[in-house]
Formats: sequence, C-alpha cells, structure tokens
Amino acid sequence: MPGLFINVTVADDVAKDVEIAKKLEEVCPVSIFKAGDAGVEILEENLDECVLCDLCLEAAPEGKVQVVKLYAS
Amino acid sequence: MRFYEYESKALFRQRGLPLGKGSLARSPEEAKRAAEEIGGPVVLKSQVLSGGRMKAGAVKFADTPDECPALYEAIEPILVNDQKCRAVLVEEKTPVAQEYFVSVTWDGRRKLPVLLFSDMGGIDIEEVAEKHPEHVSKTHFSTILPLTPRIAKEAIADVGVTGSDLNRLTPIVFELMKLFLDYDLTLAEINPLARLEDGRFIVLDGHLDLEAEARRRHKTLLAELGIGEDETRQAREPTEFEIAGRKVNEADHRGVAGNVVQFDGNLGLVIGAGGGSLTLFDAVRNHGGKPANYCEIGGNPSVKKACELTKLILSKPGVEKIAVMMNVVSNTRVDIVARGVIKGCIESGKDPAEVITIFRIPGAWEEEGFKILEKYGVEYCDRSVSMYEAAGKAVAKMGAA
Repeated sequence: MPGLFINVTVADDVAKDVEIAKKLEEVCPVSIFKAGDAGVEILEENLDECVLCDLCLEAAPEGKVQVVKLYAS
Repeated sequence: MRFYEYESKALFRQRGLPLGKGSLARSPEEAKRAAEEIGGPVVLKSQVLSGGRMKAGAVKFADTPDECPALYEAIEPILVNDQKCRAVLVEEKTPVAQEYFVSVTWDGRRKLPVLLFSDMGGIDIEEVAEKHPEHVSKTHFSTILPLTPRIAKEAIADVGVTGSDLNRLTPIVFELMKLFLDYDLTLAEINPLARLEDGRFIVLDGHLDLEAEARRRHKTLLAELGIGEDETRQAREPTEFEIAGRKVNEADHRGVAGNVVQFDGNLGLVIGAGGGSLTLFDAVRNHGGKPANYCEIGGNPSVKKACELTKLILSKPGVEKIAVMMNVVSNTRVDIVARGVIKGCIESGKDPAEVITIFRIPGAWEEEGFKILEKYGVEYCDRSVSMYEAAGKAVAKMGAA
C-alpha cells in the first residue's frame, strides 16, 4: 500500500546500483529501502514512518532520491 | 500493586516488626492445625485484596481448634467487594488495651512522603481526622535527608502519647517509614497497631502497596513472597479491549501507546505526555465529558503504533469521536502522531475531520504536524490553548454531535 503522507522515489539509473542500494538500506532509520541483487526496493508499508531525516538524500547522488510530502501538495 | 495481609506481614516479620503467632491455611484441616499450634482462641481472616472484611463476615473468631474447619468453610466462599478469598490467615486472638493507626503514603501536592499517626486505630481514619483532629498527626519527611527516629517520635508525641508507650511505638513507626522508602511503596499501613494488656505492641493488621513501576527493582522480594511476574493484582481482570491495547504497545518497540483502561463513555481519548494523560482525563470529566478509555502515548511512538491505537479506540462500541491531546512534547513528534491518528481514522473508514474533536499536541515538529492536520481538515490548537481548554473543546463538540 502506498504511503498516505510520504512518497519516496529513486531515479531508475540509481535504483539498479547495488552499492547505493546497500547504502540506502543502511542509512534509513525506518527501513524504507531494501537492497537486493537487482538494486533497491521501496518497502511501501514503511513509507509513512519516514522521519524526514534526509539521510537517504545524502546517501545517493544529488537529486536521485526524492522524498515527497503528500500532504504539502 | 497491593499485597495480601499475609504477604505484608511476612515483610513486617523480616523487618523485625512485632507480630502475633499465626499461619496461613488453605484448607479446613490446615485451619484447625494452625489453631492447635497457636493454642487458645484464634481469629480467622480471609485473605483478599480489599478492605471491608469484617463487615462482609470474612473475619471470624474461634475459641477452640475444633471450631476452625467450619469457620474456614464459611469464610472461604465469601466475596469481599468482588474479591475472592485466596487463603485464610489464622492468628492468635490477643487481649487489646488500645489500638493505634500508622500509615505512610505519598502527598502528591507536597511531593513528599507523609506519615499519619493516630491513637484511635481500628476505625476509619478519615472519620477520626474529621471528628477528632487532635488525635491524628500528619508529618511530611524528606526522601533525601537522613531519616531519623526523631521524626517518628515527634509524630507519635503530637497526639499526646508519652512515656513507655512513646518509646515502644517509635521503633515500630520508624521501621514502617524505612520500609516505605526501601521498597518503593505507595502505601505502608498498620491498622490496628495494638497495645496489649501486658504493655507490648503488636501489628494486628497491615496493608502494603508497591508502586507497579517498581516491580522490576524488587524482583527478589516478590519472588520471596511468591508473587509471580504475571500476577497483576489489579482490582479487576483486564478486559479484551485492554488486552488488545497491551498488544498494540508490545508489537512495536518504538515509543509508548498503551496502558489502555476501559471506561463506559463515548469520547475516545488518545492522550499522554508527562502526566498529561491523568490531567487530560480529569479535565474531560470536569467538563462533563464521558471518556471511553484512558491511555498513555509518548516517547515518540511510530506512525503504525499511533494508528493501531487509534483504530482500537475507534473500534470500541459506543465510541463516537476521539480527542487527541498531549502536554507540550519534546520527545514525541507532533507530525508522527498526527500521521498515525489520521491513518487510524481512515483505516477505520472514518473521516478524520469528523471523528477527531480536537488535536492538541504542541511541541517538536508541530509546524509539520499542523500542515498534515490542515490537509485533512482536523481542528487543532497549539500551546496557547491549555490542556483544560482543549478538553473543554472536545467535550463541547460531543454535545453538538
């Protein structure tokens, strides 16, 4: 189920990068990212737990990960 | 957590307080054997977690051991204020010359322990305080400064006790004060404390209450007394709603969203923060509201946890609306709780704007939280509205519903 309050997107070229996927999984305190052989997977059930810490934004090349506040639109 | 009389007395015995001969009986035969060992007249007392035993007929006297089995059988089935008898305490019947009352408890307003002493024991202390105030002394004492027998002595002397009675009572009262502090008790009471015809003092009845949060600290004591970890000693068994609340809290280690207590009203409460739950619950009632529950949230619960608690409260039959209120919070994020309760409403098939009467959680990340509330049309307020006023707004909305 997608998040009610938060959506997170990862650009296609970065999403397949296994190393970045591992970093994203490691830094996220609420387990939104899961690293696999094919890259990163977003765990939708955890999206609303996002604490807006921006650690994922810092773990990926600039602009490749986006955290969207759905309530701000 | 209340102790049975026999448990309180086991602890009194450990601390050297004077007690009469006695033992616990769990069958008519044991009652007879206990009386034989004591020799002479005895008193049989039901072991229940409630006062009012005498009035309920759960305390009886026997002159001979042969009378005891029948008395045991008469006492055992009696419910005292809906509390079942766990066992029967058989004790020697002693010739009492005078009864005293001594109790240590917390004075919430002064934030200090308070020692109450009276030379009119055995009867309701509130009544004594009202009709004979000169017979009750009230003495606060520090939890930081050294505790000395002088404090006990002055409290006893304040009601006019002098001479050898004063000297004999002082170590008993002083030991009770120490016991209160050593074991994190919320109440340590001896009533009556009897002076026998030969001048000795003995504890006839005692009542101890342990602070529930201190159970872990006193594991050894509880094990010694045979109190199991799962023995809650609540006034009643938890309801399904309360058990479900406990599961919500235990399912996720993040923060607290639990301590749910069931009430009969129509206003569900999602409340908490540094004593805020109690304050807010009382405030709702003072405004004439009818809470459907008590609960405690805090320590930054996850969105899922706040959501599940909200769903649970909304699922309770009779709940029409909820109020989400906390004290000013620094360790709980307003936006996270806002997400949780709104999600809980939506997953319950309800419109958050309709079902949330008021959202009053000021503090960390409140601006972000308020944006969420605005998006869903939920009425909210910041710290300029007191908890009491917020409770009033919630109750007013219930009236308008």
